[in-house]
Amino acid sequence: MENMGLLFALCGAALSAALAGIGSAVGVGIAGRAASGVVTEDPNQFSKVLVLQLLPGTQGIYGLLIAFITLTQIGIMGGDSNVTLQEGLLYLVSCLPMAFGGLFSAIAQGKCSVSAIGLVAKRPDQFGKAMIFPAMVETYAILSLLISILSIFGVSGLGL
Amino acid sequence: MKNKMSIAYTDKNYIYAVSRIRSAELRLLDHSVFDRLCEAGDTDECRTILAEKGFGGGLEDADELLAFERRKLWDLIAELVPDTSVFDVFRLSGDYDNLKAAIKESVLDEEMPGIYTEEASLDPMLIRRAVRERNYRILPGSMAELAGECHDIFLRTRDGQLCDIMIDRAALAAMQEAAARTGDAVLKSYASIRAAAADIKIASRAVMTGKDETFLDRALAECDGLDREKLIKAAASGMEGIYAYLENTDFSDAIPELRRSQAAFERWCDDKIIREIKPQLWNSFGLGPIAAYIIARETEIRSVRILLAAKQNGFPEDMIRERIRETYV
Repeated sequence: MENMGLLFALCGAALSAALAGIGSAVGVGIAGRAASGVVTEDPNQFSKVLVLQLLPGTQGIYGLLIAFITLTQIGIMGGDSNVTLQEGLLYLVSCLPMAFGGLFSAIAQGKCSVSAIGLVAKRPDQFGKAMIFPAMVETYAILSLLISILSIFGVSGLGL
Repeated sequence: MKNKMSIAYTDKNYIYAVSRIRSAELRLLDHSVFDRLCEAGDTDECRTILAEKGFGGGLEDADELLAFERRKLWDLIAELVPDTSVFDVFRLSGDYDNLKAAIKESVLDEEMPGIYTEEASLDPMLIRRAVRERNYRILPGSMAELAGECHDIFLRTRDGQLCDIMIDRAALAAMQEAAARTGDAVLKSYASIRAAAADIKIASRAVMTGKDETFLDRALAECDGLDREKLIKAAASGMEGIYAYLENTDFSDAIPELRRSQAAFERWCDDKIIREIKPQLWNSFGLGPIAAYIIARETEIRSVRILLAAKQNGFPEDMIRERIRETYV
């Protein structure tokens, strides 16, 4: 019972890494199917569609980053791991923007990448423009990342 | 558990297939190619232009060339979609045409090998065997019952036309059912327009040949785009009655074409379908873009067939242009 704070904080880190990772896996997966279709017909488009396929992969990295920061703050990676229940709950809540923002934005970005890959299949010369559309979705993953980072550091600064 | 897993791993959005279709759309013949084909001096020049575009595999004979293209289309679809039965809507009419052929062949007790079409979802020889052996159970669903009924009617009455209209009506119903089963809007819209167009053509021909309401009641299929009962009543007052009825339907724009000729009306219907499917060029998910590609290719093949036949018969360029269908790209 005395380690409940640590448990909640760990749950936050796990959710952040797992949900954002699941979102990226789904996003990269569907974009990969579309990319395979284009490369089957025109192998010269490989490098272009690969970039578009990888775009939804960043949310997984952001989720991992948040998980790392949280683990460091709560002392799991070394140091003092004395986390109160209040602190633990606050860490959990801090991780949620990245967990859910990462999950849904990665899936949306994957779908957008599929359409962009279709654009490249038809007009390879428009690759630059095609990349902008899924990249716009990234904004919301970055906003989630920012809020999670600020919250985690804010919680540790509270000194509860 | 196994079933749940297989569902989870099935690509319901056809993402791989649609992106391959996006690349394949680049090879469709566009307006400029059809312009060049119309301006070509003879069929040899047409074949050269088509070969440049990778159409026809360099084959000389027009029928072989078109059959090659259709085979290529369905080979690609078989590669992309694990279960091609979702596209039965395009091939069911071939099954019902083969049923008509099998009944005629059986009743007349003659070998007519060339009358079967390969553009069907079922093996023509299966239908032939079912009718010959009167073993209709080997045919799927409603076709089994229909085959037995039509075979008996033909044997009793020798009325080939009655059998034909019963089978044609069943084919239209089956096509709409197959489209509804897929739940895809493109396929449903395609089946609905095709069925409505067939009903309008049957009603027009019935008026021109002086057929009565009983005939129309047997021949016309139910369809979403038209009210069957109203069309039958309208046809009783002649062609003007049909035009007056169509005025309040989605087919009002087709009235001038119908007044001109059946061929002009058929072209209008093909163009309407092409216009309906064009938004699929920007859709990245689902059956719609694949269905639209099949329709586009079938329409393209039909246009090339018309063009080659017209060139062979020395039709003037203007007349050929009037018959060429709108292109998807």
